Amino acid sequence: MLKELKLTINGQPYELSIHPRTLLVEVLREQLGLTGTKRGCNEGACGACTVVMNGKSVKSCSVLALSANGAEITTVEGLAKGAELHPLQKAFLDYGAYQCGFCTAGMLMSCKGLLNMFPNPTSDQIRDGIDGNICRCTGYNSIIRAVEAVSRGDYKETK
Amino acid sequence: MSEKYSVIGKNVHRVDGTEKVTGTAKYTFDIVLPNMLYGKILRSPYTSAKIVSIDTSKAEKMEGVYAVVTAKDTIHKKQGIWRRFPELCDEEILCSTKVRYIGDPVAAVAAIDEYTAEEALNLIEVEYEPLPAVYSQLEAIKEDAPQVHDGVELNINVTRHIEWGDVDEAFKECDVIREDHFVCSSQAHMCMETHCAAASYSYDGKLTVWASTQASYYTQVLLAGMLGMREGDIRVIKPPVGGGFGGKFELDSAQFCAALLSKKICRPVRIVLTREEEFTATKRRTPIVYTSRIGAKKDGTILAKEIRGITDGGAYTGMGATALYLTGFFSSFPYKYPNYRYDGYRAYTNTEPTSAMRGFGAPQAVFVGEQQIDLIAKDLGIDPIEIRRINGMVPNYEVPGQAFIQSCGLHQCLDKIDNYIKGRGKLPANRGIGVAAYGFMSGGIFNWFDTPYAFSSAIVKLSIDGKVDLFTGACDIGQGSDTTLSMITAEELGVKLSDIRIHAADTAICPADLGAWGSRETLMNGNACKMAAADAKRQIIEFAAAKMGVNIVHDLDIRDGWIYLADRPERKVSYYDIVREAIRGRDGETIIGRGHYTPHRKGMISPAYSFGVQAVEVDVDPETGKMKLINVVTAHESGTVINPIGITGQLEGAIMMAGGYALCEDQPMDQGKILNPSLADYKVIRSLDMPKTEIIEVDTYEPEGPFGAKEAGEGLTNPTAGAIANAVRNAVGVTITSLPITPEKIFMAMQEKKAKEKKAK
Repeated sequence: MLKELKLTINGQPYELSIHPRTLLVEVLREQLGLTGTKRGCNEGACGACTVVMNGKSVKSCSVLALSANGAEITTVEGLAKGAELHPLQKAFLDYGAYQCGFCTAGMLMSCKGLLNMFPNPTSDQIRDGIDGNICRCTGYNSIIRAVEAVSRGDYKETK
Repeated sequence: MSEKYSVIGKNVHRVDGTEKVTGTAKYTFDIVLPNMLYGKILRSPYTSAKIVSIDTSKAEKMEGVYAVVTAKDTIHKKQGIWRRFPELCDEEILCSTKVRYIGDPVAAVAAIDEYTAEEALNLIEVEYEPLPAVYSQLEAIKEDAPQVHDGVELNINVTRHIEWGDVDEAFKECDVIREDHFVCSSQAHMCMETHCAAASYSYDGKLTVWASTQASYYTQVLLAGMLGMREGDIRVIKPPVGGGFGGKFELDSAQFCAALLSKKICRPVRIVLTREEEFTATKRRTPIVYTSRIGAKKDGTILAKEIRGITDGGAYTGMGATALYLTGFFSSFPYKYPNYRYDGYRAYTNTEPTSAMRGFGAPQAVFVGEQQIDLIAKDLGIDPIEIRRINGMVPNYEVPGQAFIQSCGLHQCLDKIDNYIKGRGKLPANRGIGVAAYGFMSGGIFNWFDTPYAFSSAIVKLSIDGKVDLFTGACDIGQGSDTTLSMITAEELGVKLSDIRIHAADTAICPADLGAWGSRETLMNGNACKMAAADAKRQIIEFAAAKMGVNIVHDLDIRDGWIYLADRPERKVSYYDIVREAIRGRDGETIIGRGHYTPHRKGMISPAYSFGVQAVEVDVDPETGKMKLINVVTAHESGTVINPIGITGQLEGAIMMAGGYALCEDQPMDQGKILNPSLADYKVIRSLDMPKTEIIEVDTYEPEGPFGAKEAGEGLTNPTAGAIANAVRNAVGVTITSLPITPEKIFMAMQEKKAKEKKAK
C-alpha cells in the first residue's frame, strides 16, 4: 500500500514511505514537522501552503506528494542561509508586510517563485504573482513595497 | 535627547517579526502534543429540528476512536459572554434537544487521526424531527413565525433604545426631512487560521488549552463554567493567532469539544475547524435592515435623526447584543445631533449566529449614515464636505447622556480630504469620488462579563541585567499589540525596545485582561503597561537617587538606558548598573511594577474616540455595472502614533476587508443554507483588485491614552462601504442602498434611471 517517495527539501534529500493519497503539504507538515508551511483551505484557493518546487511556486495542498518524486522543494524554512535572513524576509520585516503571519510563509514563497521568473518585476507583475495568496490582514500593498525593494537591490543576498 | 520620544513613533520591526517571516512561529494549528488525538465535530444538517435520539455506539467501537461526546457528557449549561444577563447565555454548544441552524454541533469524536475521526462521525446515528424554521429577521418577528428559542416572543432576543433631546419636536422645525431604507449584508471574518484548539486534561484534574483566541481570559472563564471546573484549574495559552477580527473571542466549538473530549479520556485532543465549518458554523457579521429619518434646516444644520435597526441574530446571542447597541450609538457618529433616537431589535433566526466583527455594528451604521448625509446635502444643495463641517463633532463634545469626547481631529481630516478632492480636479466620465466620515471607540467601557467596568492590568519584572519581562493579558492576534505594548513599556521605563520581553495572554502567568476586541488594547492595556513601567521606574529611581545624592527623587528620569538628572542630563548613571546594584542590594528581591486601568466615570461607551474621513475614487463601467476601486485616501487621527508601520498596515488591511464587504463579500443563503462556504466561492479582495492607498496622519493628543494614543485599526473598517456607495452615486448617479454593491445592482439601477429619464422626456 505504501509507496516510496524520494525528494529534496531545502537541500536535504529524503526517502519516505507514504500513502498514495498523501498531499505534499502533509508530508512537509506532518511527516517532517516543517510547520512553517500552513494550510488555509485545502483546495488551492488561499495560497497559505505555497512552496517552491523545481524553481516555481506551487500550492502544496494541491500536489499529490508522489507527483513530487525527484523534485527539489524549498519551504519557508529553507529561505534563510544559516543565521542570515533572505532578502525577502528582511524586506517583509522592514515594510511590515505581515501581521498575523499565517499567510506569510506562502506569500514569501510565491514572491520567491515570482523573483525566480522575473528578477525585476513590475508592480503589476508582483500583484499578479501573489494574486493566488490571500492575506486577510495587510491589504497586500506593504507586500508589494517589500518585493519592489528586493527587486531594486536594497537587500543583498549573501552568496 | 532632543526628540520627544525614544521608542514610540519609530519604525521598528515587530517583536514577533522574525518568527513570523521564518515560519518558526508556532500557532495553535501547528501544535502536536505527545499522545495527542484529533477531534472532529458532527453538526446538524437541519436548520431546525428536534433531536429524538443520538446513538454513538458504532462510532465508539470503531478502531482508532478513543472518545465520543454529546450533550450527555456535559453539565447541561448554556453559555454566553454577557454572563451578567443569564437570558443572553443561550448556547449549549453541544445541543441536547434541539438544533437551530445548519452547523449546530451535536457530537464530537477524538481519534488517532483526522481521517478516522471523520469516518467515525458517519457512524453516529442522530434521529432528527425537522421543525419549521425561519430565515430572516423580518420573517422572524411576525406573529406566526416558528420560534427559534422557546418562550422568546416574536423571536426578539434583545432590544436597545438610545434617545436624547426631543426628536418629535425637532422634526417639526426641520426644513428638509428624508426617510431612507438600507440593507446591510453579512460577512465572514475569514481568518487565515480557522478556529482551533488543543486541550490537555491531566490526571490531576488540571486543564491546559492552547487556543486560537483573541481573549484567553474569556476562554478560561467560560470553559470553567461549561465544564464545572475552577477557573484556576484551567490554563489557556494563546500562541500566535492567524487572525481574529472579532470572530475569536467567544467560547467556540473547537475549544469546548476539545476540552470535553480531553477531560473524558485524559489525553490531549486537537480540533481544527475546516474552512467549510469556519464559514458555516462559527459566527459572522450582523446583517441589519434600517429605516432612517433625518431632518435639517436650510443652512445645513441637522436637527434630528431617528433610526430603527432590525438585526438578523441567527441562532444564538453571542456578542450580537453589543453589535445591536453599537450600531445604534455609532449611527450618531461623527455628528452633533441635538435630538436623536435609536430603536434596535435583534431577532433570532435559524441561521448561523451573527456577532462581533471588526467595526462591531459601526461599518453598517456608517454605510447608512454617510449615504444619508450625502443625500440630504444634495436635497439642500450643500457640498458634502461642508455639511460634515457644519455638523461634525468637535473636541470636548458631549454626546448627551452617552459619551464624552476629548480629542477629536475630525475637522482637520475634513480639510485634508477637501484639499485632496479639489486637487483631483474634474474627473473623467463614470468616475466618482465619495467621502465618508467616521469615529470609533478606544475600548468598550461596558463589560457584562463579570465586573460592570472593563479592565486591563500588567506586570513588569526586572531581571538583574536590566532586561524587562512584561506580563499582560492582552491578545496579539496579528494586529500588533505585543509590539505596541512593548514600545509603551520601553518608552515609560526609559529602556530599549529590545530590552523588553513580552509574555502575553497565558492565563496562568499573566494578569487578567478582557482581550482584543472593541479596539481596547492600545489605550486600556497600554495604560496598564505604562503604569506598571512607571511603578518599576520609581523603584529604580529611588535607589539611584540615594546613590547619586540628589535632593529629591523627582529630579531623576530614565531614557535610553541612562538615569539622569532632569535639568542636568550630563549627570547620569547607567540604568543597567543601577538595576544590578539595586537588586543585589535587596538580597536578590526582584523589582516588580504593577499597573492597571479601569475607565471609571468616562461615560457609557468608551474613554476616547478616534476620527477620520475617507475618500474613495471609483470607476464604473456603464455597460456592465462593474466597478473598480482606483484610490483610497484616508485622513485619520489616532492620537499619538505609537507604531507607524503598524498603523499603515491596519489602514491598508481595513480597506481590503471593508472594501470586500462593500463589493463582493457576502454569504447568500437558500433556506438557511450558506451557498458559498469555500474560498473558491467566497470572494475577497486579492492583490490585483486592491486599490492604491494613501494615508494622511492628522496630529491629535488624547489625554486619556498612553502618551496620548488611542484606537487605530478597527475604526478604519467603518467608512469604506459608505464612501464607495457615495462614489458610485457621484460617478453614475445611482444610489445603492444595500450591500454588497454588486455590478448587477449598479447595472439595474442605471437601467432604471435611464428608463425614468426617458419617461420624463
